[in-house]
Amino acid sequence: MNKVTFPHMGESFRAFKMLLNDLGNEVILPPRPTLNTINLGVQFAPEFACFPLKILMGTYLEAIQKGANILVTTGGVGPCRAGLYAELHKKILHDLGHQIEMIVFEPPRLYPLNFIRNVYKLNQAKLSIKAIIERIKKGWRKLQALDNAEKLTHIIRPRELKKGTTTQKYKQVLEWIDDANTFNDIIEAETAALEELHKIPQDPDRLVVKVGIVGEIYVLLEPAANLEIEETLGNLGVEVERSMFLTGWARDNTWKETVEGMTVKDAALPYLPELIGGHGRDSIGNTVLYAKRKFDGIIQLAPFTCIPEIVARTILPAVSKDYDIPVLTFFLDEQTGKAGMNTRLEAFVDLMKRKKLKNNTKPQYGHIPRHLFN
Amino acid sequence: MLRIGIPSAFFYYVHYPMWKTFFEELNVQVVTSGKTTRQIVDNGVREALADACVPVKVYFGHVIDLYNKVDYLFIPRIVCLNKKTVYCPKFLGLPDMIRYGIANMPPVIDVRIDARSRKDSLFAAFHKVGKMLGKTPLQINKAIIKAKICQHNFQKLLSSGFQPIEAINNIFAGQVTKPPSQLEQLKFAVVGYPYIIHDQYISVDIINKLRKMGISVITSDNISNLILRLQPRVAAKHLFWTFSERTLRATSHFARRKDIDGIIHMSAFGCGPDSIVDRYIQLDNYSSKIPFLRLVIDELSGVAGVSTRLEAFVDMVKRKKRGMP
Ligand code: SF4
Ligand code: SF4
Repeated sequence: MNKVTFPHMGESFRAFKMLLNDLGNEVILPPRPTLNTINLGVQFAPEFACFPLKILMGTYLEAIQKGANILVTTGGVGPCRAGLYAELHKKILHDLGHQIEMIVFEPPRLYPLNFIRNVYKLNQAKLSIKAIIERIKKGWRKLQALDNAEKLTHIIRPRELKKGTTTQKYKQVLEWIDDANTFNDIIEAETAALEELHKIPQDPDRLVVKVGIVGEIYVLLEPAANLEIEETLGNLGVEVERSMFLTGWARDNTWKETVEGMTVKDAALPYLPELIGGHGRDSIGNTVLYAKRKFDGIIQLAPFTCIPEIVARTILPAVSKDYDIPVLTFFLDEQTGKAGMNTRLEAFVDLMKRKKLKNNTKPQYGHIPRHLFN
Repeated sequence: MLRIGIPSAFFYYVHYPMWKTFFEELNVQVVTSGKTTRQIVDNGVREALADACVPVKVYFGHVIDLYNKVDYLFIPRIVCLNKKTVYCPKFLGLPDMIRYGIANMPPVIDVRIDARSRKDSLFAAFHKVGKMLGKTPLQINKAIIKAKICQHNFQKLLSSGFQPIEAINNIFAGQVTKPPSQLEQLKFAVVGYPYIIHDQYISVDIINKLRKMGISVITSDNISNLILRLQPRVAAKHLFWTFSERTLRATSHFARRKDIDGIIHMSAFGCGPDSIVDRYIQLDNYSSKIPFLRLVIDELSGVAGVSTRLEAFVDMVKRKKRGMP
């Protein structure tokens, strides 16, 4: 029997679990990365490998201990290291004597055959093509539901009356979405979840600052890798908008709110005309867009030694100056401590709040534009 | 006369003869920053991001050195030259990092060079640069021919055993140093990125150090592209960075040669691609047959530390060669 696992990225595992189950596989859930995961990864991954590679290494080893024998992951083509992760992980794991199979999904548009072959391997239930497509659509819908719930917590958490309510409610509604297994159930669970979150009592007079989060995708999506920075910020009274989600970027809002209808690429163009791999150019473009949308600050999250983000970080001070928006960067690795991060965050938030009061903009009230969630 | 600055780092070791000839044919003076010095490294470390790799810091230092000596800085954006592999993302963003990373720099001439698209080919790049300097197509074409001939001679010198700096001196300063004698008893291969192993400061002059110990040295840059391309594929998936690919292939080439007594891989602290290259080298286990040493260089690495490790390694190889345990 296939015992399948995959990388852990935030709450997305709930959707992948459903999809792989539907296809007739036994799923070994990837454990949420802990200190132990990271230590394992550090031990077996190359010293200067990027942080995501190390965490994934640890995750795979833990999942293998739990019995997984098939790892499903994505490949990708240059020019950054991520495209080589799978290959390297496989080599290291085989070297350690683990007889696992690695199923690597390359971008389907470039490698359609690879995609079909991989789906075929995972299709243990021998579903028809039509059924497979339907299952994939359903999985995608679940991902969207999870993302929508998460986005809402980013807005409500800084305004909650009683600290911790949002996080607690969020955990609860996640289970609702998790339990939904048909297309309609998923939609219903999502609606219920969003409503439940909206019911959280809020303080309408609180001064809330808005921060855009940019950077490398894995540390953006995995709270264990970024030390739950979004939750911390929420508790400090900061509304965050993350520039990346698995189901797509926050493009829709962007288009509405910037009059120019700029794409991320356009926005980055004056500063970095080259696609440098990873998400370096997105970090710059999104910073520009957030600034145009009058955000109060930007936080860049990057794995230690991440090449594209280092390039972006070198250029960001110029963007920060041109648009008069503060930018704070965290290079994350196994050494990053939560206490140190919190101190820097508090100082940053203070700075933004003072700046906001001085500029005499009307404080943001607790009203949430509903249209963002439909 | 117009002065154009070419920092003596990164592509300097690979393309300098070509660009220098090109500019000089067009009546432009070329200014370089010379050898890496303590001062240059310190400046770079101060201005560049702490998390950047050593070579990027050194590059920043070289650029700062040119700051009031030139009218323009020449920093091409070299994306791809062989239609297959691209350069490290830091090369791709190099002009932007310099433009926005250091204040008050002279204007940067950046042309995009990407062999995969016709409008960005090397030939087109020459013409773009020439046009910026107000030259006619005829003048430019003449300069291109000269530049290509010079680069060809440079490659020939490399293939005959000269290291890049020696070859550059040979071409421009007329120093007719003979290729270092190949009669030494031991022969080592030094592999790594040209801007690391040939930068005498950051590599703590490893090549000459070895030679002083009576060891002849061959580097990845002495191997022709053709031979490298013919190497059997080591990884199931190609590495997509040019220099990393070259390093890997050169290592595999040297490891299969009978006349090499030791291989030294030099990489830089904080280098992303090298973390992968290194592990590939290890996993493919070239090292089992020929003694292998990995040296990681950072901006502070003392000469002493590297020397000690190097000497120990050389001793070990010598003992092994004499058949002793
Ligand atoms: S983008 Fe950064 S983290 Fe991702 S592979 Fe590249 S260097 Fe590593
Ligand atoms: S290849 Fe390594 S050393 Fe060279 S620029 Fe890129 S990160 Fe730096």
